[in-house]
Amino acid sequence: MTTPLRIGFIPLVDAAALIVAVDKGFAATEGLDVTLVREVSWSNVRDKLNIGLFDAAHLLAPVAIASSLGLGHVKVPIAAPFNLGLNGNAITVSPALHAALMAELDGDRFDPMATARALARVVAKRRTSGEGPLTFGMTFPFSTHNYQLRFWMAAGGVDPDEDVQLVVLPPPYMADSLANGHVDAFCVGAPWNSIAVDLGIGHILHFSSDILQSAVEKVLAVRQTWAEKHPEIVAALVRAHLRASEFIEDRANRPEVAQILAQPERIGVDASVIQRTLDGRLKISPDGTMRESDRYLLVGREVAARPAPAQAAWLYAQMVRWGQTPFRPEALQAAMAVFRPDLHDAAAGRPTGAAGAVGAFSGPPFDPSDVPGHLSAFKIGRWKP
Amino acid sequence: MSAESSPRIVIVDESPIRAAILEEGLREAGFTDVAHISEMQGLLARIYALDPEIIVIDLENPSRDVLEQMFQVSRAVKRPVAMFVDQSDAASIQASVEAGVSAYIVDGLKKERIKPILDLCVSRFNAFAKLQDELDRTKHALEERKVIDRAKGILMKMKGLTEDEAYVLLRSTAMREKKKIGEIAQSILTASELLK
Repeated sequence: MTTPLRIGFIPLVDAAALIVAVDKGFAATEGLDVTLVREVSWSNVRDKLNIGLFDAAHLLAPVAIASSLGLGHVKVPIAAPFNLGLNGNAITVSPALHAALMAELDGDRFDPMATARALARVVAKRRTSGEGPLTFGMTFPFSTHNYQLRFWMAAGGVDPDEDVQLVVLPPPYMADSLANGHVDAFCVGAPWNSIAVDLGIGHILHFSSDILQSAVEKVLAVRQTWAEKHPEIVAALVRAHLRASEFIEDRANRPEVAQILAQPERIGVDASVIQRTLDGRLKISPDGTMRESDRYLLVGREVAARPAPAQAAWLYAQMVRWGQTPFRPEALQAAMAVFRPDLHDAAAGRPTGAAGAVGAFSGPPFDPSDVPGHLSAFKIGRWKP
Repeated sequence: MSAESSPRIVIVDESPIRAAILEEGLREAGFTDVAHISEMQGLLARIYALDPEIIVIDLENPSRDVLEQMFQVSRAVKRPVAMFVDQSDAASIQASVEAGVSAYIVDGLKKERIKPILDLCVSRFNAFAKLQDELDRTKHALEERKVIDRAKGILMKMKGLTEDEAYVLLRSTAMREKKKIGEIAQSILTASELLK
């Protein structure tokens, strides 16, 4: 007997494990008959998962937490048994901002502290000369994109709420908005940074792994009540995803994976661009400069797929830091309970090890047991103890 | 704004026909203060300029995520906007999501004033979807008609049949093969193309 499931996704490379699990037959092997539904906004994915039109979804990790806490929307507790993607985001800047930053740069161009300080100087100069504030695009208020941008610029002394403008932009509009000057930079997932570089309108300034060593950006999300009712289906889904991520991480399979993802009803962009992002070998400037990183877009490497509650705690701490919610110890516990290593391990049938710490480039190491203490170490923020 | 006057409604929709249908429905129901935004560039600035109490957006619109930003604490926002954050609104949310429309409501606007507006949006969106569906089916039928006519022409020419005989041949073949007459006609066109 097969179980029919409807699963929503946004066309991004970090939906790879989900798409490959379905299109390569790993889900069918587990007795799951999955219909993938491509969506145009995270709000749609969240709402359709919440009201049961979707059984599961490719979801922004912070949205899974916000939904569980009832932040900004109806409260629906979510369980995340599988990390779909880590470190797939990047910050892309316009050629003009890139030139301004490089002129102010004092240090290594891939050192986020050096670029953040350069940004602070660019911001100060613009203020003196009476130019308007720089505008940064990101994909959703509850997103690692938002938090990565904020963390980075605040470390250099730029207040993301006072000194620049942060605006939400749907990923497919990012490149156009950069080209026509609507934004000066953006933080978005693959493949949109590469597309802007290929169009000759942007430079990739940072991989998100420059800012955070290990950041969970997207999770496989199900409703907590649904997970309790259907533990075998959750386990089957996780197993299908584990097999898919192993398949994707084998370099020999990459051309095939890129072809699967490139299909018009899936991500619908050129397979070669997708493969570059999977391989962590990205063109970062229109002149053809390449940059390689084995930290870029982790799908199955280094037990990346196993949820770590400390990661959820870090994301919750960012919501507190930037004034999206006041700190409450019980909310922190609820946020951590969204990430479900227990469901993951039960499906894998073996302990798969522990995922790495967030590892931010500045500030003290993150301690989930003392979020207020951790946040006090940061000067810029909307949170008051 | 007094409590009795019509709340200001903004429709965010790239489909001008659907927006017109919705706007007309709202006006008929007595909601006279309705504006339409079809251009997504600088969406938030446009919305702030119009300063609406209710925003209606279609779910096919990626800019829905842009509206979510209005929940956030920001100096740029004049007043907070919240959708239905009340659990009791689950049925309304379900109906609207299924119809393909979502609404954002300024905090403090009374619920009983929102309900008729949302119901109207849901019914107009459903009506539009039905209309679209009928249009698609009509288009499809027209195209099938053309294919059958061309297949008849080929049969008449190659087998020396009259138009009626050609049609009977198509129909009997379709019945025998348990296929649609349009499918048989299409395979005749494909075959004749290959044999050219």
